[in-house]
Amino acid sequence: MILFAAPIFSLQLLIDGILIGAIFALAAYGMALVWGVMKIINFSQGEFVILGGFILFTLFKAGVNPFVGIPLAAIALYFVGLILYHIVIVRIVEQDLFISILATFGMAILLQQLMNQIFGADVQTVNPGLDTWFLFNNAITVLQIKVVSFFIAIILGGCLAAFLKKTRLGQAIRATAQDTRAARILGVDTNKVYATTFALNAAICGAAGALVVMTWVIQPFAGLAYTVRSFMIVIVAGLGNVAGVIFAGLGLGAVENFAGFILGAEFQTAFIFSLLVIILVGRNFKLRLRRKYLK
Amino acid sequence: MASKQRFLITLVVSLAVFSLIFAGPVWAKVEGDTIIFGAAVSFTGKYSTNGKHTKNGYDLVVKRVNEMGGVKVGGKTYKIAIKYYDDESTPARAGQLADRLIKQDEIKFILGPYGSGPTKGIAPITEKYKIPMVEGNGASRSLFNKGYKYLFAVLSTSEQYLAEAIHLAAEQAKEAGRDPSSVKIAIAVENDPFSMDIRAGVVEDAEKYGMKVVIDDKLPKELTDMTATLTKVKALKPDVLVVSGHSKGAALAVRQTAQMKVDVPMLAITHCEAADVVGKFGGDANYTLCATQWAETMTYKDDWFGFAGDYAEDFEKEYGYPPPYQAAESSAAVLVYIDALQRANSFDTEKVRDAIAATNLQTFYGWVKFDETGKNIAKPMVLRQIQKGRYVPVAPTKFASGKVIYPRPKWVDR
Repeated sequence: MILFAAPIFSLQLLIDGILIGAIFALAAYGMALVWGVMKIINFSQGEFVILGGFILFTLFKAGVNPFVGIPLAAIALYFVGLILYHIVIVRIVEQDLFISILATFGMAILLQQLMNQIFGADVQTVNPGLDTWFLFNNAITVLQIKVVSFFIAIILGGCLAAFLKKTRLGQAIRATAQDTRAARILGVDTNKVYATTFALNAAICGAAGALVVMTWVIQPFAGLAYTVRSFMIVIVAGLGNVAGVIFAGLGLGAVENFAGFILGAEFQTAFIFSLLVIILVGRNFKLRLRRKYLK
Repeated sequence: MASKQRFLITLVVSLAVFSLIFAGPVWAKVEGDTIIFGAAVSFTGKYSTNGKHTKNGYDLVVKRVNEMGGVKVGGKTYKIAIKYYDDESTPARAGQLADRLIKQDEIKFILGPYGSGPTKGIAPITEKYKIPMVEGNGASRSLFNKGYKYLFAVLSTSEQYLAEAIHLAAEQAKEAGRDPSSVKIAIAVENDPFSMDIRAGVVEDAEKYGMKVVIDDKLPKELTDMTATLTKVKALKPDVLVVSGHSKGAALAVRQTAQMKVDVPMLAITHCEAADVVGKFGGDANYTLCATQWAETMTYKDDWFGFAGDYAEDFEKEYGYPPPYQAAESSAAVLVYIDALQRANSFDTEKVRDAIAATNLQTFYGWVKFDETGKNIAKPMVLRQIQKGRYVPVAPTKFASGKVIYPRPKWVDR
């Protein structure tokens, strides 16, 4: 097959996959946080990503350097997240999972349409003005923006992990995730924790979106792809497993690229979903074994 | 709780009263001296940009025809107007609105929506009520194999979009002293009816020349990245890369071939103008071949606008941007109606339908002549190449104002 005929291209796919995976991992990280702390599966995750992209695009049009724009997009999304929390999420937190899925799904539709109204339905992109590295006589290309995105994603992930470990608010967030009632009894203002967690997640998505618009293209209805991928990464990694999220993100990015290369682009997503099913079945099987043991 | 409920009820009732007051009179097909057309066009949703182009195209004709006195039917001159609804970019909604236009608003002449999807939503409705629809934005050939009698399309159907690129590649191969059958084709199209039609047209023509299709990828709807496909292009080195995936596909193809420095002698795509690849990517967009329904450099003319170039000027003066072909084909659809109404000399929908079917009209957009399935068979697709940031028609030869640059210069030389 073509993969073996030209082994050099597998290196290309691997590099690209891992670099891409870092951006997905970033969005997934936020989703895992919200899921773990608030027990909410945020189905508007992808829309947050796209909104972050559009904010960077708007800033870029106004003459702001795109790399300065990344934190600005994150800050803007932080407030969007805060507002959405106080309008919608506060009403559904600690309720049935089904309700939260419906509510965040509704939020996703609303955000799509609002972005469509405000920014237009056109495909947009930001050119960060970076070049490409060539290896092996042009056979392998590495986009500098992807490398930069990779490191920004890793650094952001590290900062977040440190924030959760070291700061008081971070500790409160982790306490809430472990046991909401116990945290409340011990004086943690869980409402504030929820608000911060949700806003923090939005901010992470905003940063991821800023990287997406510089690497690929965005349009108001492209969010679903990011929601689905985040969801998948979190499932594969398992909840509350930070390192797992990062590795699952990188791995999925690479696997996806290989699947697209070998099976054709039409099976790229299908392959990932099949993988998800296999992992879930495998995990279920493992859990059953454990139950047997407990008996 | 009770007060909340009461508030809600009051709100609903007052909204209903409010909308009744402002709904105005029911629109009839002809009101006084105005003929009213109906159209469900996407003002919101993912087609809203092209929906705007469609509406602008319609409105420009309305304005022009009314300025020139109007339409003469049965010895009386009528002004024209269009009643719009927003189909929210969904076929089902477009169908409902067509029903509403015909049944509730009693409109007898329907203009098409934007896109093959919504057009497919409306066609069964107009067929059911035997109301003619002339459309300029539904190109999928699946619209024309259902035996619809009241559907007429002024544009070229989608399988013709990029077939010309295959002829061009064959010509170039011959010129270079190679057998056209040695040409290798790579296809990457979105998995939707429109792009799959394009693929069918390309495959059909490639088979005619005995060319080999080395890559045949169907891109997902939620396409964000073409790296895997483009890596394959690098590995297999085809002569022609065909990409179709609306604006998203166009933007990604141009951006990522440049970023990954994919050297392919010919890159042919659709929706260059809609994605504004020149404005977004500048020099990276050069040498890309773009399929277009219409170009302002074409030499067709009519009594309403003059030459294609005149139309472009008028359009830009009115709306502040040069007309994309989506606007031009929408304008042409209205012109077909005007012409048919005058020839039918009646408002009888059957007579108007027959007059439309018998259309043989030159417009600024091109010749319009329908076959029995309702598609326009008199107008070819044009292929333009982006050269130094400008769109230069290069094929078919009849409309070419420049020569195609083939192969595309390698990225290292650019």
